[in-house]
Amino acid sequence: MTARIGVVTFPGSLDDRDAQRAVRLAGATPVPLWHGETALRGVDAVILPGGFSYGDYLRGGAIARFAPVMETLIDAAKGGLPVLGICNGFQILCESHLLPGVLTRNAHMRFRRRSQRLRVENSATAFTSHFDPGQEIVIPVKNGEGRYVADEHTLDELEGEGRVVFRYLDGNPSGALRDIAGVTNAAGNVVGLMPHPEHAVEALTGASLDGLGMFTSVIAHLGQTAAAGS
Amino acid sequence: MARVLVDVMLKPEILDPQGEAVANALPRLGVNGITSVRIGKRIELDFEGEADLEQARAVADALLANPVIETFTLRVDEGS
Repeated sequence: MTARIGVVTFPGSLDDRDAQRAVRLAGATPVPLWHGETALRGVDAVILPGGFSYGDYLRGGAIARFAPVMETLIDAAKGGLPVLGICNGFQILCESHLLPGVLTRNAHMRFRRRSQRLRVENSATAFTSHFDPGQEIVIPVKNGEGRYVADEHTLDELEGEGRVVFRYLDGNPSGALRDIAGVTNAAGNVVGLMPHPEHAVEALTGASLDGLGMFTSVIAHLGQTAAAGS
Repeated sequence: MARVLVDVMLKPEILDPQGEAVANALPRLGVNGITSVRIGKRIELDFEGEADLEQARAVADALLANPVIETFTLRVDEGS
């Protein structure tokens, strides 16, 4: 049976369809989830896509964090369900306190859109096992509020525990502290990043095919979990 | 009706590019004596009955401000 991966649509989500497509191209079945329902439909993993949920009013992700679907998702994530937050999804994971820190306005005040080189710093998470440690990949970044911020103590803790998953190379597009592009929780099942792996899954439109690795990683992770449980 | 005013400000150590952009525009107005501009939010909460400061504080703590980067103060608007 193929893995079923949920993609949540909030009012203002933009990249939910692209995320569903990436899931399909990676070999799993995408399952649309709706922000207004608590049901997770028995999915094996969840993606919170990019966009501007609830208009990003107040702060990016601040209102989405209280959507009905998040009630069940936060508990499920704490229980080990793999959850990937991309861009606005990363902001929602931070606002939900599933990941530490917060994303703030880019230091230069501009919306930045470009193909971005990244280094995979942690290839042991549920979403990065198909990368080699230290592998350099290129996937698009596109945001106006992508500057990762946390206090020094938290940053040191993240670095010490290997929880910085992706770091910007060739210039930091947002002024993110310590060039952090993505982080994980202590268990490695929740990952958030600002760049968009779902936009780098096909030669026709992507800067590369490097994004696909995140989706095939979680499918492999789910296969291992199922095998271990049977 | 009673109104509670919530002021949300970025912590001093958090970069405020919006405030910097405004500060950088001031010389164009002929203003040169202002060394820093920081921008926050003021949020007005109107209660049906009496102002419930405790509830307002809970709302501010959970939603209106993010304690990682912001602080908030609240007060009853005596003029309301």
